Amino acid sequence: MSKTVLQVRGVTKRFGGLVAVKDMAFDVHQHEVMGIIGPNGSGKSTMINMISGTFAPSAGSILLNGRELAGQPAHRIAQLGVARTFQLVRLLPEMSVLDNVIAGAAFGYRRRWGHSAETFARDLLARVGLAHAAGLPVSTLTYIDTKRVELARALASDPEVLLLDEWLAGLNPTELATGIALIRSLRDEGRTVILVEHVMDAIRSLCDRCVVMASGEKIAEGTPAQALSDPHVIRAYLGEDDA
Amino acid sequence: MSAREVRNLLVSAVLLGLCALLPIYGSAYWLTMGTTMAMFAVLATSWALFSGPTHYISLATAAFFGVGTFVTGLWFQSLPFWSLPLIAAVAGAALAALVGLVTLRLSGVYFVIFTLGLAEMVRQVFTWVQNQTGARGMYVLTSLTEREIFWMLLALGTLVYLAGWLIGRSRLGFALRIIGNDETVAKHSGIDTARAKVLLFMVPGAAAAAAGAMLAPRYIYIEPATAFAPLLSFQVVIMALLGGTGRLWGPIAGVIPFTLLWEVITRQAPNQTLLLLGLAFLLIVYVLPGGFVGLWDRARRRWGGR
Repeated sequence: MSKTVLQVRGVTKRFGGLVAVKDMAFDVHQHEVMGIIGPNGSGKSTMINMISGTFAPSAGSILLNGRELAGQPAHRIAQLGVARTFQLVRLLPEMSVLDNVIAGAAFGYRRRWGHSAETFARDLLARVGLAHAAGLPVSTLTYIDTKRVELARALASDPEVLLLDEWLAGLNPTELATGIALIRSLRDEGRTVILVEHVMDAIRSLCDRCVVMASGEKIAEGTPAQALSDPHVIRAYLGEDDA
Repeated sequence: MSAREVRNLLVSAVLLGLCALLPIYGSAYWLTMGTTMAMFAVLATSWALFSGPTHYISLATAAFFGVGTFVTGLWFQSLPFWSLPLIAAVAGAALAALVGLVTLRLSGVYFVIFTLGLAEMVRQVFTWVQNQTGARGMYVLTSLTEREIFWMLLALGTLVYLAGWLIGRSRLGFALRIIGNDETVAKHSGIDTARAKVLLFMVPGAAAAAAGAMLAPRYIYIEPATAFAPLLSFQVVIMALLGGTGRLWGPIAGVIPFTLLWEVITRQAPNQTLLLLGLAFLLIVYVLPGGFVGLWDRARRRWGGR
């Protein structure tokens, strides 16, 4: 088995009296696409936000290649090798598409600046299918293209772990096929990806393994086929009668 | 450097040369106007370096400026004059760093209000200290003439301009633009947003304090109420926005017409100056959201050009 890149142990997040994530534990291996799935409100996004440092866990440890991420500020975590996209796409509206991608390259894990950043950003734009759009303002882009720019920006720091928070949400069927192919190509080039996703097709065809969450806890883990046929999972999604 | 940059540099150098000759060919009246413009050029350009990209509107200019005038007021007799703007710049940068550490986590209107309050607070502190020591105001009587003050300000302006040009090309400048666009993205891209903001906030702090130190002899008599007058902060914001913060030359394009207009108004209708300030602000917000820079860019887009 390849080495463990990210190790989550005993991670808990409380918002006041509400326990959003409770005692989560899982590993992510190198070159693996790992899915985090679960019904709405099950704590998936909270989990992603803790890994990327949007907020700190109330308890527990998140190790990236042996270094503690829990409690570090977001910019530090980005510098240590975690890049992410956002559930609601966030681009830099006053900048060109190219500058949006360079923004990801200039300050993150593997830093590039000047000519090398620009070349790298152009390559990434070509990689996500936006080679023609480099000079455009982001306001002219279609929805899936804004997602592509965001993906290119996240890739621009050459991260150890890439977090995709519902990156496929809101795409139409044609775009979805394109999107899935794009993420699969990331896996083929050896990226380590954590995917929070609702689209079951995507999970089945992309994930090597997945963790299923319900009410903030891990209820199953394994290959998508194993996890999705687990009685606990069926109960969480469909209710008691169908289990 | 590209050919375009060389050209811009040459144009700037020629303009600077023409400005520097003002005390020689201009009348005393125009020298006074020129000094005022140079002062506002320094203040507005340095203000825009921080507030332009981040969209954090700072009303702290008067605080930094006032500290600068007091540096001169306190030490012009005991230290060589050339050292005073340097000391003031260090003091202004330190004050800006302090304020930055406390407030730059605030966003939007909270930051605006805090910076306004800061100027007032510094003024009160100086007043209190003066009351304790029994002093009132200070006379700053030096042998400096207006032309020397003008040249000093011009040199300071050149420094601010060069600093702005360098910052604009640097990673720090790029980081600030990202922060101004989306602070969350900035953090998750690896930018230490607090550090970047504090670092850049020190630039207008230092520049405004240095300008204050240079201009103190012009006021002859300084006291907290005039040195920290909040009007200055508002004038700087309006001039910078009138010119536009999208480009380095933008604030200067606002300073020149506004200073001329201000001069006419204060002479013709001295009681309505604040009214003009308010009207100008409304006009900029509604008619010229990008300032002259925005107008210029739109015009160039419409008529081809580069």
